Amino acid sequence: MTGVRVLVGTRKGAFTLTSDGARKDWKIDGPHFGGWEVYHLNGSPADPDRLWAAPSTGWFGQTIHRSDDGGKTWTPVGNDFAYQSPTSDHLFYDGAPRPWEFKRIWHLEPTRDDPDTVYAGGEDAALYRSSDGGATWTELTALREHPSGPSWQPGAGGLCLHTIILDPVHSGRIYVAISAAGAFRSDDGGASWLPINKGLRSSEIPDPDAETGHCVHHITQHPSRPDTLFMQKHWDVLRSDDAGGQWHEVSGNLPSDFGFPIAVHAHEPETIYVVPITSDSLHYPPEGKLRVYRSRTGGNEWEPLTRGLPQQDCYVNIYRDAMAVDTLDECGVYFGTTGGQVYHSADGGDTWAAIVHDLPAVLSVEVQVLP
Amino acid sequence: MTSDSGVSVIRVVLPAHLKTLARVTGELRIELAGPVTRATLLDALEARFPMLLGTVRDRHTGRRRAFVRFYACEEDLSHESPDAPLPPAVVAGREPFIILGAMAGG
Repeated sequence: MTGVRVLVGTRKGAFTLTSDGARKDWKIDGPHFGGWEVYHLNGSPADPDRLWAAPSTGWFGQTIHRSDDGGKTWTPVGNDFAYQSPTSDHLFYDGAPRPWEFKRIWHLEPTRDDPDTVYAGGEDAALYRSSDGGATWTELTALREHPSGPSWQPGAGGLCLHTIILDPVHSGRIYVAISAAGAFRSDDGGASWLPINKGLRSSEIPDPDAETGHCVHHITQHPSRPDTLFMQKHWDVLRSDDAGGQWHEVSGNLPSDFGFPIAVHAHEPETIYVVPITSDSLHYPPEGKLRVYRSRTGGNEWEPLTRGLPQQDCYVNIYRDAMAVDTLDECGVYFGTTGGQVYHSADGGDTWAAIVHDLPAVLSVEVQVLP
Repeated sequence: MTSDSGVSVIRVVLPAHLKTLARVTGELRIELAGPVTRATLLDALEARFPMLLGTVRDRHTGRRRAFVRFYACEEDLSHESPDAPLPPAVVAGREPFIILGAMAGG
């Protein structure tokens, strides 16, 4: 192990932050794609020098770039994210039918064993896969064609497919989450999909227990316990121990159970992290105190982690894809804020420090451990 | 300008972000055989710089992206038919065809 590389997507470009295993001194590199919104960039587990980035702008649309040298140089690859079967309407915010229209890519998920294969989650909700290094993209149309599709409605950020989990044990199992359609699972590589939203309750929709329509913000999984999932929903933190068959709320003593990211410790599958946000109308931390909450019991019992984080006058938000953990012996935890700070803890969350203070608003954070 | 062989050389100005994407600086010179329209010019531009596919117009419908504009000869040609001939001064190479991002937001 030579160190870690943090991949940061922001409103105005991408940055890489690198350090050795001590994670004390950092080198900041960027901006890459200056001026472009980079909703996500991610690295291949099979080849850490293979990176993917999804810069877009409202003017010029979506591009995808690939790096084969750890982010030093980037090459534009394919960006044809067509809907590859007839599209129906979905519902718009006002409940009126709205044609499916591609807007951007929210998340890139490389596979564990093939550097040329990567999944992409889009808005309006669709799942794509490239198996040729990003040159071409194939839509896994069965998801968008799910019978519930015409009833899907966008969350505040759009009808976005923002979470993709490729199950490390069950071949062909994929989880995705869509705001505000909910969570879905495929057991056959994307050929068919099952809504997995039982146990979610959302008072914002007419039927709080509906099969779909829930605003799932993020889902995470520990690779050693693939049937256990943790979810940060619009409101509520939940867990499932049967691959999404049933969810149970584990918000416990959180000061607010609204929030966006959720992460699980690299070596402790029952240790999870969230960042409580005041409410859906007040997108900043309760009391102006930036606190990560950690549960060592898989939820319900939470402790605030505050050392090194601002405990007054802090009114930033932390987006759904802006928290990550590394796999070093002492698990590192990272998150980025809309104020442009990237914080990290090299001791599992006990103490925190800012790696960088003044980036553009952070949209996503991923971390790689470098060989 | 148009050569004896009927090939026109069109001067094209890209917005800064697309120059970066295409890895070019300054004006482009795009050679075109046959009719010079916005559609044929963009076809030739995208053939030479495939990374621009989808950034100026929808790659399937050909429709101009909402916040992209086309100027030439101090005129806004954005709402002209993509199949309309471009102004003679553009075809002759005296004026550039300007692609730019509309002023909208920050």
